Amino acid sequence: MFELMMLLGIVLLQIDLSQIISLLYILFFVLFIFYGQRIQLQVTLREVESSLYKLKYIKDEGRRIAIETIKEIGKPQTEPTNRVDRFLEYFTISPQSLDPAGVVWKLEHILDVRDARFKDEVKLMAPAADETQANNLENTLEAAMALNYIYKVIRHYYLLGKKTLSLYVIMQLQMILPLVMREAEAYASALKAFAYGQPIGDGAGAMVAAKLMHGHQTRKLPKDCVVATVPIEGRTAYVIKAEGPGGNVGKIGDAIKTVIDENEGKIATIIMVDAALKLEGEEIGEVAEGVGTAIGGPGVDQFKIEESILKYRIPINAVIMKEDIGDAVSPMRKEIFDAVDNAIERIKHVILERTKEGDKVIIAGAGNTIGIGQ
Amino acid sequence: MGKASSSTATKISSFVLMIIFVTLALSLTVLIVALNAFFAEQEVFAGYLLLIGFLGVAFSTYLLFQTRRRILSLRIEVPQITTTIECRKCGFKSVREFQRGDYIFKEVEPCQKCNEKMLITAIYREVREKERVRFPF
Ligand SMILES: [Zn+2]
Repeated sequence: MFELMMLLGIVLLQIDLSQIISLLYILFFVLFIFYGQRIQLQVTLREVESSLYKLKYIKDEGRRIAIETIKEIGKPQTEPTNRVDRFLEYFTISPQSLDPAGVVWKLEHILDVRDARFKDEVKLMAPAADETQANNLENTLEAAMALNYIYKVIRHYYLLGKKTLSLYVIMQLQMILPLVMREAEAYASALKAFAYGQPIGDGAGAMVAAKLMHGHQTRKLPKDCVVATVPIEGRTAYVIKAEGPGGNVGKIGDAIKTVIDENEGKIATIIMVDAALKLEGEEIGEVAEGVGTAIGGPGVDQFKIEESILKYRIPINAVIMKEDIGDAVSPMRKEIFDAVDNAIERIKHVILERTKEGDKVIIAGAGNTIGIGQ
Repeated sequence: MGKASSSTATKISSFVLMIIFVTLALSLTVLIVALNAFFAEQEVFAGYLLLIGFLGVAFSTYLLFQTRRRILSLRIEVPQITTTIECRKCGFKSVREFQRGDYIFKEVEPCQKCNEKMLITAIYREVREKERVRFPF
């Protein structure tokens, strides 16, 4: 070793040092002028590749957890792996909106068909699961499906970028990657929460409704919702939420319409409670108040609620609890859990300020009610 | 398939680790050789060797930290979820780890003090913020 180094040193000493250095400089310049962009592309591609690697890991973990949970809860006779793999590739085509009139009903119908199909599939995969567990399994599989899809889309653009070596494809991919990774991580923790049936951050609205209605008689409403008649501050409140504790968002829109129709439109106000995405810098669990239909999802429920309140001109208020996307789908944080009491206080404020004694109000808690009973 | 891919991941990283350690060892030897050369009064040669040695050390430690970070970030952390059980009659409260099947407002085993059925009143995850940076805005 030492001899080799000495030899190298003697050879180097023969050449003038400054000659070498200037030659190196020129080489560097030529390299960067002609291949600078190529080098940058390779570095970016490498970065994307490592994210893709991580995405693949998350996706495989999700699939593994889903299969394990099915085996554990569902006690299937046959190996569920093939069925799960087929399920992960399911797709839904949204309705054509070139002529947008009536598209909401088409969308609702498609979503109903999808839901029924998923439920059948879960029943076949996990015959021993009860209704609550089947709902949780369905949610788990949907999260695994989302992860699978994210992975495939990112892989597509990565391979496309590699094939075309187009700066624009690769740059765009690199630009959105941090956000995509956050979303993927959120889905991964959601998947775990769904598999265990833990309440998630998105369930904050349902939690508010559950706290209000607990201890009162509940009855079922279409579809997958429950309502309880609760006296609050001398008013009669119809508190609505999706039926728990299985993973379920219910059709709050239909439930509100039913209650409004039962009371022939004599509702003083509607208060929607939901978790909402916060902006960076806002406190987690902050409670805010406003007007409008606070409900997430594909928009069908929001549309239906707006339709039914328009008919009777019922005012609508909203109380939201703020959280970020990661918190919304991972197990409920203590800050959000504590915000529930603040939200109830705010609701009482709204009721006192906006209604008279003896009025009827509707309080609807939107969100996935997984892990929350009533 | 999931298990297999994660095991190849560890295999690859151990192979990479080996290469990194070999590079590190080589660059350290080069540094020692450089010292020797310096004492043998071959300053220019020693300078070259020093340069090569330091570059090697820097490069391998950088790679080492990189792979470590990648391994760390590949683990999906399992958060601690606690379930709070309360007795509605006497206010007895107990906190335990979440178990599958728990849900909020589920009636569970009777209270130790008054035999009344207890109720799950809270299920949440506590996040210890490692470094809470306070912004002036
Ligand atoms: Zn007790």
